[in-house]
Amino acid sequence: MWCRAWGNCRLSLPLAATRDVKPEVKAGVKPEVVPDASFPVRRQAYFIPEMPPTSSIVLSAKSLERTVSRMADEILERNDGAEGLILVGIQRRGVQIAARIAQLIKDRDGATVPLGALDITLYRDDLQTVGPRPVVGRTDLPGDLEGKRVVIVDDVLFTGRTIRAALDELADFGRPARVGLAVLIDRGGRELPIQPDVVGKHVEVPLGGRVDVFISELDGRDEVVLNVMERT
Amino acid sequence: MTPTASSVLGKDLLGLEHLSAEQINVILDTAGPLKEISERAIKKVPTLRGATVVNLFFEASTRTRISFEFAEKRLSADTVNVASSGSSISKGETLVDTARNLEAMRIDMVVIRHHASGAAKFLAERIESNVINAGDGTHEHPTQGLLDLLTLRDKLGDLRGKRICICGDVLHSRVARSNIWGLTKLGAEVAVCGPRSLLPNAIGEMGVQVFDRIEQAIEWADALNVLRLQLERMQAGYIPSLREYNRVFGVTSERLDRAPRDILILHPGPMNRGVEIDSDVADGPHSVILDQVTNGVAVRMAVLYLLAGNKPTLATAARGDA
Repeated sequence: MWCRAWGNCRLSLPLAATRDVKPEVKAGVKPEVVPDASFPVRRQAYFIPEMPPTSSIVLSAKSLERTVSRMADEILERNDGAEGLILVGIQRRGVQIAARIAQLIKDRDGATVPLGALDITLYRDDLQTVGPRPVVGRTDLPGDLEGKRVVIVDDVLFTGRTIRAALDELADFGRPARVGLAVLIDRGGRELPIQPDVVGKHVEVPLGGRVDVFISELDGRDEVVLNVMERT
Repeated sequence: MTPTASSVLGKDLLGLEHLSAEQINVILDTAGPLKEISERAIKKVPTLRGATVVNLFFEASTRTRISFEFAEKRLSADTVNVASSGSSISKGETLVDTARNLEAMRIDMVVIRHHASGAAKFLAERIESNVINAGDGTHEHPTQGLLDLLTLRDKLGDLRGKRICICGDVLHSRVARSNIWGLTKLGAEVAVCGPRSLLPNAIGEMGVQVFDRIEQAIEWADALNVLRLQLERMQAGYIPSLREYNRVFGVTSERLDRAPRDILILHPGPMNRGVEIDSDVADGPHSVILDQVTNGVAVRMAVLYLLAGNKPTLATAARGDA
């Protein structure tokens, strides 16, 4: 009842009705709460005023810089250098993160890594159901992917559907030797069998919660924020 | 009905007259990135997979039909072409019956070109599928208007305050009408130039200037959209001879040399070289005629993408008020 909707709904039963049973908070999975049968459950629902979401900073500007720096190192390590490497950022914000990683690799290794941008809108699997037609962004890949080691870069990894679409789109541009995935935030809740190779930070996000990535090139500041709906 | 984010265009694209500047800009902004798909080795994205589009052409067309077909195929839609000759249309079946029969085979979109003005609207009001007007009589040719706008916007930037002159047979031209409505909505200054016999009497009411001499138009404009002189007009007595038309209204390189600023030359095709436009102009540095053709595919892809899925429920379509 209340537990099914607590993420984004005002309709709620008093917490007391469920006594000590705590919902298992797991992103992507609806927590099941079994009320104690011996306890009189009040069936009537009441409205509580919508609470503002509580925000907590997951990464500050400084820690975001450190995280991206480590991601660059890990990418170099996993690929044993920058040879044959291509970084492909997913529109938007993935593109800017990829550009930063490329700059860091250049600073460290002296190698210039080709950068690409991928817009996956036309490859989405939910175009039949989404109401507003999403705005189509630009796809721009640097040359031939044949035999290259492509690393897809995105800001937040959630269901994995974006990455599924990105893999489909990449396949239309050629056959890379290897495709890897680097994400700034892994928030769990996968709906497809997709795992990242390089993760900036794992974040546990309760149902209905949201991770917002702010990148100074687009948003004027560097920050990653976790927003959770208050549940009282 | 006010356009919401969920239905930027609504069910159909019938003309530019009733679109807002915002809606036109959404189409053009969508077409920009779609151009890249035609540059790929594999020129296809899966966006409209499973959708069926019927190209219903009651009038001869090469460019527009092929352009639509490429746009549909590059978005992975299944396409069927129906021409009036060789189909039941030549046996006297009505437009609505043809379309309803097609719809009974479960189609999703209809692209229609018809010799009667208003045919696309007539059809759109009677069937559930999305309808795209590919030219109806002397009324509108919205996708041509949009591709002209995209070409101009690519070359000139923001069209506000830019001066575009439409030259030639404005009277019979659906391209001219779509252009005038589209350009004025985006804030451009529009003029027409041609023999008075080929300009509508009430042209001033569309908010455009009129030039009687092509030299004046060239001096004034940032871009000329040169319309095709339909040869049958000469027989109908609108102009004395093709040679005289070329001498007075033809866009020649001598005339363009006297232009005070860089000038773009557009032509919707097919061209009559040596009549409304000289060969050295058509193939010259001012010409963006082939850019128009390239943009045509992208604009039509954008329209298909934005319309697909915007459908009323069966019930409202059946009531006929959708």
